[in-house]
Amino acid sequence: MRSDLVLRVIAKLLIPFLLMFALYVQFHGDYGPGGGFQAGVIAAAAIVFYALIYGLAAARRLLSDRLAEALLAAGVALYAAVGLAGLALGGNYLDYFVLGGDPVSGQHRGIFWVEAGVGLTVAGAMLKLFYLFAARGREVER
Amino acid sequence: MEALIVNVLLAAMVLAIVGIAGQRNLFAAVVLASAYSFLMATVLVALDAVDVAMTEAAVGAGVSTVLLLGALHLVGGAEAKPLHRPWLPLALAAGVGTVLVYGTLGLPAFSDPEAPIHTHVVPRYLEEGPRETGVPNVVTAVLASYRGYDTLGETIVVFTAGAGVVALLRRRRREEKEPRR
Repeated sequence: MRSDLVLRVIAKLLIPFLLMFALYVQFHGDYGPGGGFQAGVIAAAAIVFYALIYGLAAARRLLSDRLAEALLAAGVALYAAVGLAGLALGGNYLDYFVLGGDPVSGQHRGIFWVEAGVGLTVAGAMLKLFYLFAARGREVER
Repeated sequence: MEALIVNVLLAAMVLAIVGIAGQRNLFAAVVLASAYSFLMATVLVALDAVDVAMTEAAVGAGVSTVLLLGALHLVGGAEAKPLHRPWLPLALAAGVGTVLVYGTLGLPAFSDPEAPIHTHVVPRYLEEGPRETGVPNVVTAVLASYRGYDTLGETIVVFTAGAGVVALLRRRRREEKEPRR
């Protein structure tokens, strides 16, 4: 598939839009359908698409295994940290009302960071799963 | 009209399932499973559950299909002949299915406004949610704010599942490499 010019060009055209759509779904989730889960999967799918057309090695150079693992853990850590921030500012665990100047802006801030955490973890998990399966395939071929 | 569309989609899903069950070619089964997920996503759109539909389309029809095809690449595309007759599992599945269908008979009618689920906390979320959180999408408000603990738990589940797969597949890989050195 690596020599297929049409696929390579179309992929290169599509992937920026896929990534942009992931960001839109992530950060527009407050107003329209979407949120961290969906955005994480779409972002991971964009990288998987890149790997399918340009090869696993190219995708791993772009976004390494270590980074995927780090994203997997960082998302949960970010989510838990939002909870701790609520505690530190005098509220309960995962209390967003104390995070901003007024309750509504606090809620906005809390939801924003929590969704970001969900997105990072889901994207890391999906990508790492794909890398593991695809890499095993390579070893069997050899 | 909407009921007709949903029923046609559900009938197509039943056909997809029958096709998967009768299929010996695993590649065809994976493609049919992907089509099933896509039909499910369309049903969810028709039911106005766009957030869930998006997840189903992205995870069920998208990434799962790629992962299943990756797994097929490892195990080959033809299903092995089963060692036993399918009658006992079939009877068990049919029995459990019948009991489940019988259970749904006790549920309130579809989209009944008097159903318990619509009269408990839902009115409060719908009426107070936009004012309390300033977030127009109620699904996001409930998921990230009112049910923040549940979503934290779900994120930990995703993390744990990912970490588990990493631990399993990675150890295997090291064992395979060792004899070569």
